[in-house]
Amino acid sequence: MKSETGTQYSAQSDKNYFGFWVYLMTDLIMFAGLFAAFAVLRNNTFGGPSGKNIFDLPFVLIETVLLLTSSFTCGLAVLSAVRNKKKGTICLLGLTFLLGAGFLAMELYEFSHLFEEGNTFQKSAFLSSYFSLVGTHGLHITAGLIWMIILFLYILKKGLTKGSVRKLTLFGLFWHFLDIVWIFIFTIVYLMGVAL
Amino acid sequence: MKTIVSYSIGFLLSMIFTLLAYNLVFVHLNSHHRLISHPVLLVAILTLAMVQLFVQMIFFLHLGQESAPKWNLLFFISTFCAILAIVIGSIWIMDHLNYNMTPKQVNQYINDQSGF
Repeated sequence: MKSETGTQYSAQSDKNYFGFWVYLMTDLIMFAGLFAAFAVLRNNTFGGPSGKNIFDLPFVLIETVLLLTSSFTCGLAVLSAVRNKKKGTICLLGLTFLLGAGFLAMELYEFSHLFEEGNTFQKSAFLSSYFSLVGTHGLHITAGLIWMIILFLYILKKGLTKGSVRKLTLFGLFWHFLDIVWIFIFTIVYLMGVAL
Repeated sequence: MKTIVSYSIGFLLSMIFTLLAYNLVFVHLNSHHRLISHPVLLVAILTLAMVQLFVQMIFFLHLGQESAPKWNLLFFISTFCAILAIVIGSIWIMDHLNYNMTPKQVNQYINDQSGF
């Protein structure tokens, strides 16, 4: 193992890091708009089902745990990349990918289940805002999974260079950010939707 | 601070807060809203979400641990204020619009004409 300072990448003094941070914050504002739309339209069910009738909390809890664990393994992947452990990085990134793919599969299953019962985004303003909010998050997760595949190939080919560690660090930011957005979807859409 | 320990602490705390919020909802539902009332539950699970936000910001995103001009932290705080304005402002205005703009007769009319 090389010394930690040899390849260590000081992320927080980097302009790329700040630029990506600015992107994340603007993305957060977009999610805030979707959250506001959901909060305003949550009771406009137009005779259709409300959150109480269609949400399956234990199912969503498993989704949450999957995403939270993948955020954790992603952090560990960045950590082992900074410490120049290639095998560990690749294993942890693979694990992150599997957990993220599991989350996305569960979300798509949930959506298809809702569609089968006729609860599409056209049924009511509540469902429109629900699908916009949760679907936008799902799209981000999909983008993250594609980004992970590219990173995977890049690291396999080029190894843990300064550039690939930087790319991985930025990906880590993105993935943690998605987990944070999901905490609020879980709380505001699902928990409050069922309880209140 | 960027160690396995910090990530593990963040992960464990997030997991505990998630399960806590989840169980509070079930206690609320199973006790038929008697053990925990609506407002208490609302405040409790929103607080738990905010606590999780800060736990992950500190232990996963290492916010506030950069050197001197803390641009990331400043940018986050200003974004946070913008988000509060957007969300709270929307709810505040739209709830009052509903309250002020929809007389009872209109609601009655919409209810009667359910296909409307």
